[in-house]
Amino acid sequence: MTEVNNENVLQALKEAFGEAVMQSDTQHGMLSVEIPADRNTEIIGWLKGHKDISMGFLTDVCAVHYPEQKGRELAVVYHLHSWTKNYRMRVKCFLPSEKPEISTMTGLYSGANWMERETFDFYGVQFSGHPDLRRILNMDEMDYHPLLKQYALEDETRDDKEDSFFGR
Amino acid sequence: MSQLNTHNPDKFVSTETIDGEIATLNLGPTHPATHGVFQNVMKVDGERIISSEPTIGYIHRAFEKLAERRPYNQITPITDRLNYCSSPINNMGWHMTVEKLAGIEVPKKVDYMRVIIMELARIADHLVCNSVIGVDTGALTGFTYVFQEREKIYEMYEEVCGARLTTNIGRIGGFEREFSPVFMSKLKKFLKEFPAKFQEFDNLLTRNRIFMDRVIKAGPISAEKAMSYGFTGPNLRAAGVDYDVRVMNPYSSYGDFDFIIPVGQDGDTYDRFIVRQEEIRQSLGIIQQALDGMPEGSHHADVPAFYLPPKEEVYRSMEALIYHFKIVMGETPIPVGEVYHAVEGANGELGYYLISDGGRTPYRLHFRRPCFIYYQAYPEMVKGAMLSDAILTMSSMNVIAGELDA
Repeated sequence: MTEVNNENVLQALKEAFGEAVMQSDTQHGMLSVEIPADRNTEIIGWLKGHKDISMGFLTDVCAVHYPEQKGRELAVVYHLHSWTKNYRMRVKCFLPSEKPEISTMTGLYSGANWMERETFDFYGVQFSGHPDLRRILNMDEMDYHPLLKQYALEDETRDDKEDSFFGR
Repeated sequence: MSQLNTHNPDKFVSTETIDGEIATLNLGPTHPATHGVFQNVMKVDGERIISSEPTIGYIHRAFEKLAERRPYNQITPITDRLNYCSSPINNMGWHMTVEKLAGIEVPKKVDYMRVIIMELARIADHLVCNSVIGVDTGALTGFTYVFQEREKIYEMYEEVCGARLTTNIGRIGGFEREFSPVFMSKLKKFLKEFPAKFQEFDNLLTRNRIFMDRVIKAGPISAEKAMSYGFTGPNLRAAGVDYDVRVMNPYSSYGDFDFIIPVGQDGDTYDRFIVRQEEIRQSLGIIQQALDGMPEGSHHADVPAFYLPPKEEVYRSMEALIYHFKIVMGETPIPVGEVYHAVEGANGELGYYLISDGGRTPYRLHFRRPCFIYYQAYPEMVKGAMLSDAILTMSSMNVIAGELDA
């Protein structure tokens, strides 16, 4: 690979994994690829180990909830950064909300530990193989995952605030 | 990136047994030495730590959920409360994220003004952190010296935006007003007088034998581990990795300024202290350069949809009234898309991951909070250390409760 840029990385990923690179787009200069949830460690591990791309740093892990997308309600988003090539990219995996299970990234990056605990805490994503998957910011007794879209921020019984004016 | 250190900090850790009996010690959440609400349940053998189990979330305020119901300009005050020792950096980071999403180009002058404010914030943050390391070793004097200087920085914020701690400084698109002549004179006075005062503080601690004996080899981390644990900012640079967002992905015209990235070697408390000391000097240099090279132009971008019109205009012109109403009611149109923007916060890479579905509020906003990510290495860093070193390690890591718990 002559230069690590969005086109070259996407091409290398497609060559190595073919169908597994399900979708890709580039927004504001950052490449974002969607991969199957059951191959996350394999593909991100490949990106980390690749001699040119070498995504040695896991910047961030978080989840997004899309309640309307049936069968792929939860997205787990990884932000990766290659410090040697100064190249950032984003990897997404979609999960069904009935069985939000994905394997942990702690084997590749120790820092994934708390980021995944946070994601579990707020979205209920089960990271299989995680050494210590407990709630982190909320209390242990809590029995729901508060950042899911079904939990409205304000009391839904209030009728003095009309939604078309004040928020979604 | 060629400066990764290869030595093993484990060699600092002693393996002798002190007492032979393991006790459980509950440190925090409201212990005065923890500077915030941090709880650690420690297993100790005499005074040596066998294991530590941090519990966080005591001041969790659900910022990410709150942000999903607030218009973009109302999210700035939330960001204040992340790292409250340097809130202007958080504010600017958020403004720049929205500008990146909405495709707003700000004038060069705004970039320079932002750089001045952000570097002042970095100085204030590092002063607090470094002087508190002194306090935790028993040297209170330095703390009182630099808090006078931090006060001057807060007075400057006050001059720019009216607030001191939770600043809500600037707007999406620029600043609410020009830097006033009072601000300029305060800044020039600060640049002239601060180095000597700072040198006094430096003389008290940096080459102080007692201080050095106390902090060298306390809470070390190797470069590899720091990278793997997601360290950024001065803590990472103390371990010997020269990663700085200001240089790697320059934002706000940081590419125009000439400065160096100080790096340490052992990643211990002393290195973290020294790296911050040097960063303060570099920040002063950046402020001076920004002040000297301040371009002519407007203090805000021409974006009426985001930038509030002057109040007199609102009473006179229909257009200004419409924009005023739309901004205040949060009805500004925003493009659909997702964006990640990172700034070099005072304690590491502060990232904003923003997803917009075109609605009045973000669909999802995630804060990449540097100290949330690196605090997870704390149990490993204090394992085998003395209890008093654990206190030092925590204060030198610059863990800010507001940012940790979001």
